[in-house]
Amino acid sequence: MMHEALLEIADDCLVLGHRLSEWCGHAPMLEEDLALPNMALDLIGVARGLYARAGELEDAGRGEDDLAYFRGEREFRNCLLVERPNEDFAQTMLRQLYFAAFMEPFWRAASASSDEVVHGIAGKAAKEVAYHIRHTGEWVIRMGDGTVESAARMARAVDALHRYTGELFESSPAARAAEAAGVLPVREEMRGDWDRVIGMIFTEARLVLPEDTHMHSGGRAGLHGEDLGHILAEMQSVARAHPGAVW
Amino acid sequence: MIDLDRAAEIAGAVPDPEIPVVTVADLGILRDVVADGDIAVVRLSPTYSGCPAVLAIELAVEASLRDAGIPARIERVMAPAWTTDWITAGGREKLRAYGIAPPVGGGKAVLFAAAAVACPRCGSKATDRVSEFGSTPCKAHYCCRDCREPFDHFKCI
Repeated sequence: MMHEALLEIADDCLVLGHRLSEWCGHAPMLEEDLALPNMALDLIGVARGLYARAGELEDAGRGEDDLAYFRGEREFRNCLLVERPNEDFAQTMLRQLYFAAFMEPFWRAASASSDEVVHGIAGKAAKEVAYHIRHTGEWVIRMGDGTVESAARMARAVDALHRYTGELFESSPAARAAEAAGVLPVREEMRGDWDRVIGMIFTEARLVLPEDTHMHSGGRAGLHGEDLGHILAEMQSVARAHPGAVW
Repeated sequence: MIDLDRAAEIAGAVPDPEIPVVTVADLGILRDVVADGDIAVVRLSPTYSGCPAVLAIELAVEASLRDAGIPARIERVMAPAWTTDWITAGGREKLRAYGIAPPVGGGKAVLFAAAAVACPRCGSKATDRVSEFGSTPCKAHYCCRDCREPFDHFKCI
């Protein structure tokens, strides 16, 4: 059970890390071509640590590669937000900000985890993700309070993505077990910090926070949009063509 | 018996693969060296979660100890998390002389708050951040307004 709760977070980080890496070589400017894969690297590093720990706890002989490359779409437990397509730069930045503003207080709280490995990963990840909030927050403000075109794109991004933020605060049965055991913090408790950071940035960005949005969920139960299948087809193709290969 | 002091000295002297002017000891990533029978267990803190240099450093430390006739094993220590505060004074000076502005201030990334970074060439604090991320996960890119030197800054975490 405990390993499933860690897989949820590992899958979030891997899928979002993969999404960011899709920008490599295509970003709108050189600085962002460095920034996006750098953030991807942080996320994939965290995912590796969590997969390794989940594999240990599961005790079925699966390592990080087995968990990342040899599970199908319905077995992935990531939230729907992270699998949303990159679309334009505005949506990519807002998706990252929504996620980072949740993970920063989450990792800070998880540094008190009763699991020694989670405790170690959390201390490091909290610092990295704080940097992600700063970087993406600055862009959201710059675009939201920018030109007519950039402001319209930011507003479209909010319209497209806000409905996926509710799932961040939902705890699956596996997560609730991990929360009860003191391994992970309670997701709902991150709402205060998330609201404060997003509210502050939206005010500066002159963006309107949607109210009464219908929130989508299902990712934690393996119910994904069709986008995840396309990500996995690409991400897992080399490992599946050469099973057992190592370097 | 393994000479743990000697093992620590050898491990600490291994250069960083990306920034070879600084060593493992300068970066403050060497936690300690303990004995496990005839094997030296070198405990190292990784810098960034996904930094490719982490594995390269671990392999280099193990290899240099093996070359010195000391069988070694590397243990990755995650907690407490490494911070740039652990870079030694000597390490900071080596970075500066190499053209990389060393980290300044504590490890807090606050929205829009940026501490003044001094140009490693002329010392001026009239510098602009060009890019939040640089050629490696640990660096950001800056430019000096006074001497026009473009330079890397070792980020604070």
